[in-house]
Amino acid sequence: MRSDGGRHWASGAVFLVTVAFLYVPIAVLIGLSFNASGLPTSWGGFTTGWYDRLFANDEILSAFRNTLIVAVCATAISVVIGTLLAFGLERTVRSRVLDAGSFVPMVIPDIVLAIALLSFYNLVFTQWMGVRLGLWSVILGHAVFGIAFVSAIVRTRLRHFDDSTVEASMDLGATELQTFRHVTLPQIAPGVIAGALVAFTLSLDEFVIAFFTAGTEVTFPIQVYSMVRFGVTPEINAAATIVVGFSLVLMLVAVRLRGQEDTA
Amino acid sequence: MRSARQIARRGLQLGPALTWWTVLLVVPVGLILAYSLFRRGTYGGVVYELTLDNFERVVDPIYLKVLWFSVRVALEATVVALLVGYPTAWFIATRPKRWRTFLLVLVVLPFWTSLLIRTYAWMVLLNDEGLINNTLESIGLIGSPLSLLYNEFAIVLGLVYGYLPLMVLPLYAAIERLGPDLREAAQDLGASGWRAFLTVTLPLTRSGVWAGCLFVFVPSLGNFIVPDLLGGGRSQMIGNLIQVQFLKARDWPFGATVALAVIALMTVVLLIQAWMNARDRREEVPGAV
Amino acid sequence: MTMIRTTRMRGRLATIAAAGAMATGLAACGSEIEEPATSAGATTAAAEAEAPGTEKGTLTISNWDAYTPEGLIPAFEKATGIKVKMAKHATNEEIMGKLDAADGAGYDLVFVSGPFAQALHKRGWAAPIDESKVPNLKNLYPEATELGYDPGNQYSVPYTWGTTGLCYRSDLVSEKPDSWNDLLDPADDVKGKTTMLATDRWLLLPALKQLGYSANTTDEGELEEARDLLLKTKDTLLAYDDTTFYSKLVSGEASLVEAWDGWCNYGIAENDDIEFVVPKEGADLWVDAMVVLESSPNKDAAYEFINWVLRPDSGASVVELLTYKVPNKAAMDELDPALVEQFPNLGMDPAELLQQESLQDLGDGQPTWSRIVTEITS
Repeated sequence: MRSDGGRHWASGAVFLVTVAFLYVPIAVLIGLSFNASGLPTSWGGFTTGWYDRLFANDEILSAFRNTLIVAVCATAISVVIGTLLAFGLERTVRSRVLDAGSFVPMVIPDIVLAIALLSFYNLVFTQWMGVRLGLWSVILGHAVFGIAFVSAIVRTRLRHFDDSTVEASMDLGATELQTFRHVTLPQIAPGVIAGALVAFTLSLDEFVIAFFTAGTEVTFPIQVYSMVRFGVTPEINAAATIVVGFSLVLMLVAVRLRGQEDTA
Repeated sequence: MRSARQIARRGLQLGPALTWWTVLLVVPVGLILAYSLFRRGTYGGVVYELTLDNFERVVDPIYLKVLWFSVRVALEATVVALLVGYPTAWFIATRPKRWRTFLLVLVVLPFWTSLLIRTYAWMVLLNDEGLINNTLESIGLIGSPLSLLYNEFAIVLGLVYGYLPLMVLPLYAAIERLGPDLREAAQDLGASGWRAFLTVTLPLTRSGVWAGCLFVFVPSLGNFIVPDLLGGGRSQMIGNLIQVQFLKARDWPFGATVALAVIALMTVVLLIQAWMNARDRREEVPGAV
Repeated sequence: MTMIRTTRMRGRLATIAAAGAMATGLAACGSEIEEPATSAGATTAAAEAEAPGTEKGTLTISNWDAYTPEGLIPAFEKATGIKVKMAKHATNEEIMGKLDAADGAGYDLVFVSGPFAQALHKRGWAAPIDESKVPNLKNLYPEATELGYDPGNQYSVPYTWGTTGLCYRSDLVSEKPDSWNDLLDPADDVKGKTTMLATDRWLLLPALKQLGYSANTTDEGELEEARDLLLKTKDTLLAYDDTTFYSKLVSGEASLVEAWDGWCNYGIAENDDIEFVVPKEGADLWVDAMVVLESSPNKDAAYEFINWVLRPDSGASVVELLTYKVPNKAAMDELDPALVEQFPNLGMDPAELLQQESLQDLGDGQPTWSRIVTEITS
């Protein structure tokens, strides 16, 4: 029974408009990646030459690989620690100070965090321990805000959590771990996934902290921002197009797999 | 008296996050913010002479003007993002289960390409000779190009565009939890579609709304790319200001002061939110329907 | 029954997926932590033990993207056996900020503009240039050794230089501009189609020169006069733009912009109606220079690199590929005349260039400048 009434088609309409809005610039940059003229303001004819240059450009490729590594690691850490924190804040502890405090990492201006981390790393790691900065130092920094975002989202999920299902499970003899895996986790899963997506998205395009704390490593945002001299080259547009295409394919595959699993 | 079990649980849940933040956030950032009490060296750097000059400087009308502009623009972006994001999240949350993650990723996907690249794409679209103006002119809707770029409209557009998924994701998490049963129950009790939404659904997704608004408002405040590119550098926001102090002016003490002011302001807002949160928790009945 | 089964399966799948993700994630992260500590040729205390008495290590350099001609580094690596690691920065301020936070460490050699080289020296992070190790210094113009921010090139070596002026579409303006006033108080046909540079030194430059003041002034009265003038100009501007102003000229979005001479050449390369002029009130002399960092354990390698860059053929490739002027006399003498014909500002006489005012660090005046700029651009 459609109890949503008239709002149902309205939300569909908004969704479509939103997706269009989101993808128009993507369409532009896909188009520009085939533009023979280097400038975005004039069309110079169709070419796939930029893609050839892209695949020959080791710098861009390795920058992209680095970014993926950083994003995956930072997200993994953020999801684990952030979810634990969410449980702590919603269940175990009732503290208004901690509640507000868990949002503070989001509120710190990124240039401040970047400089603070670099100064700190310099003192502790470089001068004292003689360890070079690299992707790991970026991961640590990204997890700082990643944890906050994941925690905030998982908490909204836990907020009105139905404890009776947990109680029922325990009464039926399941251990805490089993209860967590089979009862709690599925119910908070959408929140965890959403939180993971946020942390991943933020890390993927994060420039300031990465620039300051990556040592001489280069992530994709660093590469892109440094190429800003000439506006954005078609090569970069080609790279962006590949990201979009690849991710889309990945998601379609995942949906098909899930579809199969559901009917199994 | 807490059992050992409870203490262990607390430790496991809160420990990692609090340790991470103490070592990698509180200590380093605290040290930087402490610079606000000192002076700038002639060529940059910090001279360790205690002074309150920076605090006097920061209340100058020019900086308050920048702050006010930033808050206003960030609020505009947040409101627009909420108006667009809520129906979007709603739509996704009410699809069959196996499509939800895919639709979420569809919305998030553009944000896996660099914001800088997409901002440049917007510049191509919005300028006087750009695609949008050209299209509107060729179909006769407008006579002369609309001024879509290098102004406040472009900045708000850029910010909404940049942070929309951060609004959609928490909203989705909150809405999806509700399930159709709750919406049906509200209707059975006599509320029409809209009233059911306003009196039942919206309040229950309040924490998602709050998270989404925070996720858009705060980064918008601190963004410097969008005002520089889409705003044509004609307006400064707090993000630009702080960046300028740390990098261009090489005035870390003053930069720290501005940052401190912004963080303090936001922390007050967060504390108010936490207060309201605690009050809600006492009021509501857990696990309702 | 079915519901329990799918719930259990989903739960199981979720757990496996989560565990798998975490495991691979942590494994990947773990390997990342090991790698940097064991990589060779680092610029840290650990590597310092390697450098003396061993084969030449790695040179870590930071420069703007695409600011070294493509063949230069590989040729250098091949000829000397020194490995080069190129890091990038998009602005002077970024690399200064990084060096500031890391207390002058992290790189062997950096490319920065003149005033920043001066600041690096004042902060004690710039190593003196050992002239005995850089014999190609003799290739420089005599004028290139009298630069205001570092007379005698004691701690920096100039790489490229030029001036700032007006870059315009000769087919879109009714009268050819020759004064900063043409930008600050534009004619009606040009209003709304002008841009100015956004970086503070160049934002204020046109106004300061128009008013007859120094580009390095720290006098508040003079700066406030410049500010008032620029606030009036703001209403006639299209935008403040540091990066895409030349493509705006090419597309016709703008007709008259403030530009660095080298950048104007990028526009000229696309559209030969574009021309460059240095306004009659005068402009600045900007220099991008190489600075060796005091913290570097590879200073000799750095000097070799500088020496390589100062070769005539290196200099010539910079001019050809970047369309910038270089202070390398040996290279400029060898220039192809056709190049100068296409890009007239390449033919600017160094003596003429030196009539412009050399930019220097503002010292204690910097915060005032930043504040004035905020008042203009907010």
